[in-house]
Amino acid sequence: MEPSIPATAAPPTIQVRNLQTRFFTRAGVVPAVNDVSFNVGRGKVLGLVGESGSGKTVTGFSIMRLVDEPGRITGGEILFDGRDLVKASEEEMRQLRGNRIAMIFQDPMMTLNPVLRIDTQMIETMQAHTKISREDARQRARDTLGMVGIPSPDERLKAYPHQFSGGMRQRVAIAIALLHRPELIVADEPTTALDVTIQGQILAEVQKLAATTGTSIVWITHDLSVVAGLADDIAVMYAGEIAEYGAVSNVLDHPLHPYTHGLLGSVPSRNKRGEPLRQIPGTTPSLLSLPPGCPFQTRCPRAADVCRQVPPMAEILPAHEARCFRPHLENAEAA
Amino acid sequence: MSVYLLRRLIQAALVMLAMSIIVFVGVYAIGDPVEILISPDADQAERARAIAALGLDKPLWQQYFSFLGAALQGDLGRSFVFNEPALKLIGQRAPATLELAFGATIMAVIVGLPLGLYAGLRPKSFGAQAIMTGSILGFSLPTFWVGLMLIMVFAVQLGWLPSTGRGETVEILGMRWSFLTWDGLAHMAMPALNLALFKISLVIRLTRAGVRETMLMDYVKFARAKGLSPTRVIGVHVFKNILIPVVTVVGLELGSTIAFSVVTESVFAWPGMGKLIIDSINVLDRPVIVAYLMSIVLMFIIINLVVDLLYSVLDPRVRLESK
Amino acid sequence: MSATTAGSTAPAKAPKVETPLRRFILDFAESKLALGALIVFLAIVLVAVFAPWIAPQNPYDLAQLDIMDGRLEPGSVSDGTGMTYWLGTDDQGRDMLSGIMYGLRISLVVGAGSAIVAAFVGASLGMLAAYAGGRTDTVIMRLVDLQLSFPTILSALMILAFLGKGIMNVVIALIVVEWAYYARTVRGTALVERRREYIEAAQCLALPTRRIIFRHLLPNCMPPLIVVATIQIARAIALEATLSFLGLGVPITEPSLGLLIANGYEYMLSGKYWISFYPGIALLITIVSINLVGDHLRDVLNPRLKK
Repeated sequence: MEPSIPATAAPPTIQVRNLQTRFFTRAGVVPAVNDVSFNVGRGKVLGLVGESGSGKTVTGFSIMRLVDEPGRITGGEILFDGRDLVKASEEEMRQLRGNRIAMIFQDPMMTLNPVLRIDTQMIETMQAHTKISREDARQRARDTLGMVGIPSPDERLKAYPHQFSGGMRQRVAIAIALLHRPELIVADEPTTALDVTIQGQILAEVQKLAATTGTSIVWITHDLSVVAGLADDIAVMYAGEIAEYGAVSNVLDHPLHPYTHGLLGSVPSRNKRGEPLRQIPGTTPSLLSLPPGCPFQTRCPRAADVCRQVPPMAEILPAHEARCFRPHLENAEAA
Repeated sequence: MSVYLLRRLIQAALVMLAMSIIVFVGVYAIGDPVEILISPDADQAERARAIAALGLDKPLWQQYFSFLGAALQGDLGRSFVFNEPALKLIGQRAPATLELAFGATIMAVIVGLPLGLYAGLRPKSFGAQAIMTGSILGFSLPTFWVGLMLIMVFAVQLGWLPSTGRGETVEILGMRWSFLTWDGLAHMAMPALNLALFKISLVIRLTRAGVRETMLMDYVKFARAKGLSPTRVIGVHVFKNILIPVVTVVGLELGSTIAFSVVTESVFAWPGMGKLIIDSINVLDRPVIVAYLMSIVLMFIIINLVVDLLYSVLDPRVRLESK
Repeated sequence: MSATTAGSTAPAKAPKVETPLRRFILDFAESKLALGALIVFLAIVLVAVFAPWIAPQNPYDLAQLDIMDGRLEPGSVSDGTGMTYWLGTDDQGRDMLSGIMYGLRISLVVGAGSAIVAAFVGASLGMLAAYAGGRTDTVIMRLVDLQLSFPTILSALMILAFLGKGIMNVVIALIVVEWAYYARTVRGTALVERRREYIEAAQCLALPTRRIIFRHLLPNCMPPLIVVATIQIARAIALEATLSFLGLGVPITEPSLGLLIANGYEYMLSGKYWISFYPGIALLITIVSINLVGDHLRDVLNPRLKK
């Protein structure tokens, strides 16, 4: 189905439609990403929120076409610049990766190759996509490092990753992602492994970059507070599906899906002092043995017989979709 | 760096000292030193003179120090069989063994790395399974028997390669080398392959394990996310990382390759140190045994040191100063 | 009080022991290759044990050997006795088939014997290191490291150089070469087990140390010990064969597989391959079957250790 939001004038940078990615493991077929659809407009930030195992990272890798065996994209479309990335050849994808679509990984300690110098790892990225002399490439690497706030980039280029702190390494990774001014960045929890202060700095810089360069960002995170300050739109994932999708203010202020509702209730800052934290009962179900119908029904306080049917994604409020038969409409009415 | 080097050298000296005690105790205390150090052909008067000359009537610790003193001056006794200084004999035979061991090591890397790389990248393919089964055989087969089979097939049946000896040699720096002539290389091919067999299996397994582990690393995925070609991802990002353990192990194995060349040299009548030590054990030419043991321990220590230094060159994370 | 606790845990444990053993057998039988290897190995053991009764000839009894039958091709019939030499004869007219059967006896006895003694020595020292800790541990482990840093052949050569040639000295050399593997394995496992709560509980109950070691620690060290022992037996057999081939092992009158192979060496160049070839095949099958069993044992026993 066609996602109706966001209603911006310019065509979206990327449109994901009914994406389906499965893992064919020995224990069975795992539907890691199921019928996922969203758009990201130019210069917009989409927050892709979910617990671990909800399929948000696999969605990110699916966009990059970097899902490894035994996983495979088994259906849907990823439209980027008028073509479907699902059908693109490996070489076409290679030319897009790191060039027009870049990715930042979760753990900065692991993303840079420990035995290669920073300059090597930056220059090779440029030389993979453009004919550029080593000197020019070095110049650009230096400028980009400066841009992401790395002091004395000249010296730092000659260093190895282990000589950097975690925050600095993530800045280097971000610099590598920015080298070609990509139209889209897939950021997979890039601040989770960092200290809160550094997290704040990086968030602010990313926001500034998105605004000034027009880069679209898919920001994958489990942290609702990060999304609240950063994203324009938000998609909440549960058990491989998008449970709720809409503009950030709509979703956070009037959550429709009981899962989003529960998620917001379990964030301390949103509760009044002294009030006990609410929590979602039970645990995330195994994707191998999902109940028929709504995957959230076993933990849902509002579950009813109807929930044994598969709920469709529906635009329940304007610019606000949810995959639920019994959404929290009272929130919207109260507002 | 120099502090580290100095510390390593002191360590090495201590190990040598410990080994000298072990060898001394082994040869002088467990065995009968008179029998060991004096030719069995000597008559009674000669024998008495030799005992006095060697100081065998002195307490053991004094004997050890005189042994150590002589050893430090490069004197580990004379061979009864060749009537030459034992160290000189070892020195003459060392080039043959060294070129064999190096040849085997190079062969192990040249053959083992690509096979291991393939087996690691396509673990489920038929080729990979065949390679892994082959490597189990490489571990299990007794070296000497494989050597015999090589001779049977390539020398006796097919007549392609000479079965024994070093062939034509070239003298450089006063030492004779086979690997510089075609004839010498032909003579070296089978023994080197024989000696390499175990190491090839080892390199295959190390490489395969390394590739499979490295391929799962985030930095490899990140390299792919940067749009690098598969050749660059595997050839640089993966390869440089697996090279570290492979070089380390192959380097450390060089010592054991030199030791195991004893077997290969006996099979192919390769006139190296290994052949010498077996002959010496058989005729109880113990000064040569002592010289062999001491020099091989020295080689071990040097190899370990070189590998350590090489390791720090390859892996930037290892900083010698911090050690 | 300690007696009742110990007594009550024993019957509670009993049904548990039964199930893992059955599961272990089932797990092991899952690999057809390993099962086949085990059957082959057992057949080899039977042949070796019953060699004096099933071998066509006593290859060590020189009176039975007919020098006129020397170096006969496989399948030849003896002129003197009318007996068929299925695998040919060696230079002394020894029936290779009988020689191999008797040679297997020596190989297996030397391999298994040295492995058992080495296991006993190594396991004791490993347990001592783990239990005593401190300086004892350091000294023992330094020795282990030293031993393991030396190539096996070099250690063996060194010992044979000190002690002289001979089968007993080969066994001693094998024990010296092997003990360190057992010591390292047992110490590693024992250290892990020692930190487990049930050992702490046993210590709190003031059970005697001996009881803790033999009833609690040692049984838990058995699975890895068995795996190491299997692999080490194969290695010992190969090393014994190598040393015998080099002429440092068994006497020429009672050849083991390695010496049989060595005897055939000079005839190989003239195309009389069988003297070296068949003993080599027997050696090969023995070593490979043990290794396959050991490899699979490790796979089967390992996940259980992790649980």
